[in-house]
Amino acid sequence: MNDLPVSEAELHAFVDGELSAERQAQILAWLSDHPVDAARVHAYRTQNEQLRRLYAPVLDESWPAAWNQSIAQTQALPARRHQRYAYGRRLAAGCLLTLPGVLAGWLAHAYLQPPPPPTTTAFSLPRQAAVAHAVYSPDIRRPVEISAENEEQLVNWLSKRLATRVRPARLGSLGYQLIGGRLLPGNSGPVAQFMYHDASGQRLTLYLSTENTANQETAFRFVAQGPLNILYWVDGQFGYALSAAIDKDELARLAKAVHEQFDKR
Amino acid sequence: MDGRALLAELPRLRRYARALVGERAAADDLVQDTLERAWARSAQWQADSNLRAWLLTIMHNLRADQLRRRSLPLASADENELPCRPTQSDGLELDALAAAIGQLPEEQRAVLLLVALEEMRYADVASTLSIPLGTVMSRLARARERLRQILDDDAGGTRLRVVQ
Repeated sequence: MNDLPVSEAELHAFVDGELSAERQAQILAWLSDHPVDAARVHAYRTQNEQLRRLYAPVLDESWPAAWNQSIAQTQALPARRHQRYAYGRRLAAGCLLTLPGVLAGWLAHAYLQPPPPPTTTAFSLPRQAAVAHAVYSPDIRRPVEISAENEEQLVNWLSKRLATRVRPARLGSLGYQLIGGRLLPGNSGPVAQFMYHDASGQRLTLYLSTENTANQETAFRFVAQGPLNILYWVDGQFGYALSAAIDKDELARLAKAVHEQFDKR
Repeated sequence: MDGRALLAELPRLRRYARALVGERAAADDLVQDTLERAWARSAQWQADSNLRAWLLTIMHNLRADQLRRRSLPLASADENELPCRPTQSDGLELDALAAAIGQLPEEQRAVLLLVALEEMRYADVASTLSIPLGTVMSRLARARERLRQILDDDAGGTRLRVVQ
């Protein structure tokens, strides 16, 4: 019979079907003369098959409720790319939705809609900022990717990824301390989000995009989305949006402070 | 990145995490953390690459962080925690297998599960776990042999062996 030496690695590759058909046949022949190895091969194959049977039921388990928010965030952004704003607006206007409700709506939207046609439609700055705020600001466990304790690391990382100097505004004099920040996907590349909170735990996010190509400058603009108020403006390549569930006047004071700090850059 | 593609991978990720970690709640937390990190880093994912392998790599990095953090105070607490049997019973053999899997060192268990459960190619296992191919092969061989011995001892000692 065939007495080519068969290595341990080859026996496993035989079990897992990683060999060429020719070598597979040679080893099959070799095994008929080596019953101890043949028994091992049989045992390993049985292990493979039993492992798949053992864990197959996990595939059909319903998902834990704790995942809902994490899942919603992955569905919210692509769903918005479908260019069906009107759906969301009607929903929001009709039901006075809370933020989790809005997310649930987007989630449902993602499931209920047929796959969208390919589109390159960009999303407006305040919409993106509102979704990012809704997704991350309620997160107790991990609101930010890098916390304020590592601010230097945060600044270096975001600056590198956005390919421009990016730093958080200082809002301590207005009662808001930096929690940290994270990188997010924007319309065509990365954008940054900084998160702050005040003494009562009220969270505020500053969304910073470098994707503005129109090279314009705008005044402060205000938009409300349910309980969330958003003030946004564009300055050269930068788009800024400040979001929080606080009143418009307070938000305006904060936006003014941010604008002044970044104006000096 | 398409969030629905990510969602479609969740059941498989969850199955793998359950087999790796054993305890259900801890495994589900690991999947959730993986999902969140993957989404936060979706800009780093390259569109034509293998999404599942990328997610498994993220999961392994998170798991390695977890094990490092808890290795000092909690190392012994985990050893008694055998994998939970998923729902209905398929017989003694699978129960014994579930227990035996839990007795493997985690680094061996990971390789065996990626090969046997995920049906990944050896080269992909190596890149997912960031280890050389030779290490994949030696861990796979040790895991399989150890599992076979545990199951043999089990069969000989406490219950009748199923003769095939």
